[in-house]
Amino acid sequence: MMITESTIPLFVAIPLAGAFLTAMLKRVKGIPDTLGVMSTICTFVMSVFAVMRLDIGERLLSNIGFWGGFSEVFGKIVGIQLVMDGLTSFMLVVVNLVAFIVAIYSVNYMTRYTAKWQFYSLFLLMVAGMNGVIITGDLFNLFVFLEIASLASYALVAFGTGKRELEASFKYAVMGGVGSLLILLGIIFLYSNTGTLNMGDMAVILSEQGMPSIIYLVFGLFLMGFGLKAALVPFHAWLPDAHPSAPAPISAMLSGVLIKALGVYAICRIFFNVFGFPEQISSLLMTLGAISMGVGALVALRQWDMKRLLAYSSISQVGYIMLGIGIGTPLAIAGALFHLFNHSIFKSLLFLDSGAVEYATHTRDLKQMGGLSKRMPITSTTTLIGAMSLAGIPPFAGFWSKLLIIVAAVQANHFGYAIWAVIISIITIGYVLKITRFAFLGTLRKRFSDIREVPAFMRISLIVLALICIFGGLLILPAIRGGFIGQAVSALLMGKGA
Amino acid sequence: MDAHMPYLLCTILFCIGIYGILAKRNIIKIILGIVIAEYAVNLFLILVAYKAGGRAPIFDTLENGQLIQPSAMVDPLPHALVLTSIVIGLATTAFMIALAIRLYGKYGTFDITRMRELRG
Repeated sequence: MMITESTIPLFVAIPLAGAFLTAMLKRVKGIPDTLGVMSTICTFVMSVFAVMRLDIGERLLSNIGFWGGFSEVFGKIVGIQLVMDGLTSFMLVVVNLVAFIVAIYSVNYMTRYTAKWQFYSLFLLMVAGMNGVIITGDLFNLFVFLEIASLASYALVAFGTGKRELEASFKYAVMGGVGSLLILLGIIFLYSNTGTLNMGDMAVILSEQGMPSIIYLVFGLFLMGFGLKAALVPFHAWLPDAHPSAPAPISAMLSGVLIKALGVYAICRIFFNVFGFPEQISSLLMTLGAISMGVGALVALRQWDMKRLLAYSSISQVGYIMLGIGIGTPLAIAGALFHLFNHSIFKSLLFLDSGAVEYATHTRDLKQMGGLSKRMPITSTTTLIGAMSLAGIPPFAGFWSKLLIIVAAVQANHFGYAIWAVIISIITIGYVLKITRFAFLGTLRKRFSDIREVPAFMRISLIVLALICIFGGLLILPAIRGGFIGQAVSALLMGKGA
Repeated sequence: MDAHMPYLLCTILFCIGIYGILAKRNIIKIILGIVIAEYAVNLFLILVAYKAGGRAPIFDTLENGQLIQPSAMVDPLPHALVLTSIVIGLATTAFMIALAIRLYGKYGTFDITRMRELRG
């Protein structure tokens, strides 16, 4: 299969069609599962082909929505442009890989809930929204897809319709709504100053005419808006409620890829490729990242709810990614994107594991667990692997990406940040040990003496993710890194003018 | 001063919306705050397109026997965007009101301070 300009829209079209068909054919037995898995495997395979197809620095453009004969009016593109470059294909692989594995996992897990078709419908809508955010080259279109993904995620957080879920979803919807408004406001300011919504054109106009003075307001609006979506620390309040309240596969999607596609990716794309990464933003991102790392890790230490602990850990790890992006050297960006990839894998793995534990024991409280490793060997082994990767123990993937970020910080003479990153990764080991110690080691409680290992599909997805955690470290080898992460880094640095 | 008046009013409207979101305890009032802030942003989007004495952007209309120059036309793009934005706002509002109804069913109140399942 070839990835050409005309196949780019399929990344959005396939999940959207899947969502629509799932809702249409909900009465047919087995259709929601099949469509959910099929659509995500299609987009995943396509994204892998896209990575192999692209050369470094290459961009594929696809124009949709030409009206009449007006393909260009006064030298400006009318219609929506979809862009495929290194960063896009990298993010597509991350999102669709996790979505595919989560879809397989949900086949068994979601039997606990009624209305499976609603779940798959919303899930595919969310995937379509995220893919749209990633491939669009148009600022307003980015906002629209961002809202599609956000709305689907608000509904998915409330999926259990218990007290907690509804409350968390309301909090999330209000804060997410404010975030979207701020982003829209920023887009309007930019449009009124440049007269275009196409990101490529906008970057050219901004660099030719110089930054208008209003640009600092736009920086602030975008940082607040996308910071809310990425759960950077002053704007993180919704995440520890929303992520644990969702069903486990959705927690994995939210923590694993949603905050990165809507938050981190959008920040990278806009600040590097549109604004050319100004100096003030660099230091601001580093500071926000460092604060997020610290707050997330420290609060995670005193959590007893397994999923809540993991949610705070997500805040901390997104801080690492932001720190790497803020440093802004090629090595640091490579480290940040590598960490983004790793985090999406091990955090989805850990959330799926917590779902497996909940599936078997019906509790998420670490104090009530213990000794589960005897009864659930696969869950406990995969949790251990994911936890080691999260804590940064050497052979696992998480170690290499943290190492890259720390080395890059030292090279760029940010010794304080480097030491801070090391300290936080020690705290990370602390809260990770808490999960393995209290959930899986120790004596088995009597009431759990007859629990069983989770069903086959859940086991398969856990094992696949654990294998990626182990062998993901190979991505650091220059030969592999160049083709996958290197492309993404060069796409970002192109905007910086380096 | 007169030219800036609409923008100023728009900012005030936005601030009222944000105040509603931050200060009110009733869920319905919070939702109204979001709606007001949203409308302020939409209004601002339309104001950006405004041009004093601008004409409808139709290329082959004749005025006094001459084609209208593009520079005399109102920018059509924000009008298309604001429609999209309003539809998105409708979806968000509908979703949040549905949530409010479910929350009322669970707690028997709209007061956000009495909903204390989540802490930490």
